[in-house]
Amino acid sequence: MLQIDHISKTFNPGTITEKTALSGLSLHLPPGDFVTVIGGNGAGKSTLMNSIAGTFLVDNGSITIDGQNITKWPEHRRAKYIGRVFQDPMMGTAAGMMIEENLAIASRRGRTPSLRWSAPESNRTHFRELLASLDLGLENRLESKVGLLSGGQRQALTLLMATMANPKLLLLDEHTAALDPKTAEQVLRITTNIVESRHLTTLMITHNMRDALRCGNRLIMMHDGRIIIDISGEEKKHLTVKNLLQMFEKAAGSEMDNDSLLLS
Amino acid sequence: MDLIIPTISQGLLWSILAIGVYLTFRVLDIADLTVEGSFPLGAAVAASMLVKGSDPFTAIVLAAIAGMLAGVVTGLLTTKLKIPALLAGILTMIALYSVNLRIMGKANLSLLQADTIFSRFSWISEEKQFVVLGVGFAVVLLISLLNYWFFGTEIGAAIRATGFNPHMIRANGVNTDVTVILGLLLSNGLVAVSGALVGQSNGFADVGMGVGTIVIGLASVIIGEVLFGTRSFWNCLLSVILGSIVYRIVIAVVLELGMPPNDLKLFTAILVALALAMPLIQSKMKSRKAVR
Repeated sequence: MLQIDHISKTFNPGTITEKTALSGLSLHLPPGDFVTVIGGNGAGKSTLMNSIAGTFLVDNGSITIDGQNITKWPEHRRAKYIGRVFQDPMMGTAAGMMIEENLAIASRRGRTPSLRWSAPESNRTHFRELLASLDLGLENRLESKVGLLSGGQRQALTLLMATMANPKLLLLDEHTAALDPKTAEQVLRITTNIVESRHLTTLMITHNMRDALRCGNRLIMMHDGRIIIDISGEEKKHLTVKNLLQMFEKAAGSEMDNDSLLLS
Repeated sequence: MDLIIPTISQGLLWSILAIGVYLTFRVLDIADLTVEGSFPLGAAVAASMLVKGSDPFTAIVLAAIAGMLAGVVTGLLTTKLKIPALLAGILTMIALYSVNLRIMGKANLSLLQADTIFSRFSWISEEKQFVVLGVGFAVVLLISLLNYWFFGTEIGAAIRATGFNPHMIRANGVNTDVTVILGLLLSNGLVAVSGALVGQSNGFADVGMGVGTIVIGLASVIIGEVLFGTRSFWNCLLSVILGSIVYRIVIAVVLELGMPPNDLKLFTAILVALALAMPLIQSKMKSRKAVR
């Protein structure tokens, strides 16, 4: 579903702040793969996500989704195939618009907007059902402005918006990191429900090793703009945090910086 | 007291400018100074058409198109060339000063002999003030309904979402360059229509008539929001229109009380500065209370 070949990205080339964030990274995701991504600060996790989403173009290499080469596509064009949830709960929704209006926009992701009415009443039953599936009591608040919701509610809504138009790829960029532990747990549960029930091809960055181990069928660890560990299937099921740390030391050849990963 | 009808009429004609400023300042979250050029542009285009004996409706439509083009220029400068929106607007505004002089051929064009939209509707009343009131009301009503409809459509929703959160709307597949340009196009089209109507009502178009229009627009928007609320888009539109009328009444009152007309712009600027600083002043007052 997703084929990444030898992509590189260097920020501010030729200046004092030059930073190589991705160096010749390759990754292949077959349909239905649910991959968790871990790595220390500056490992290139978010750069990988943003490269795929098209926030910027990569310097080298190619990115293909479902047979389409999207390497040179602008961000908004890629959105047809990609659903995204950001770390910042403010990023995924328009705060000043109603829940209904946000959902309406997400329901036509990838289609050029027309002069049809944006949020017709006929959508409401469907929207209510979707919101009810979150179990957050949002189904009766279609006309509330999203700015009134809590961070967790906004992330859950963003998740719904990112997945309602059937994306070929779902990108989750530390989407529970800004939430309190209880809410994070709730949003993560909603995430795994949606991803697993619909077999969405998913890439999920997390700071939390335990989440990385218990979610998904595959785990990759990044270091210095490369993938240094890639484990899937049975092997991943039996993995522990301790194993992971040992593997990292061996692969990266350096002492693990414990501060950069939360071991909660 | 005999000033009340002309004051409301002026408020209505200027409220079209205020709606334009609302579209950029509030909906798109951009302070667009193109307004200072597109307002006299609308007046210049309409006036130069009218003195040639053109039909007033055609003149106003052409003024709107000219304003829209000005908005597109600012839009292209800021989206494609990545010039900050404030500066892009200033560039277009400065350029329009020359353009407006070229359109009119001189700095001031009198419309006293010309057939205008208001002379066309002189059957409404024998008194000109009621004609302006009637035409102003009809145009503002039409523009409000069109705006309400448009910003409820998919394209309109995309423009509104762009102002609230460009990341979100891009992640949902909308090209924000297009929505920003569209917003600026609509805004400056409206501003030019306002210029065309104000010019015809005043009986002349002047190259300097744009000075301070952005501040007048902002004053109307802010006064309207504070006094009449922002619950929904329709409420916002209504607030802006009423805000424009209240602004004209305030100006009429302070002039009546003896303020020299030359100080008008200073007065408006202070008014808007205070209104813009209001949220900060309020939070300061609150925190001071909390400390006590």
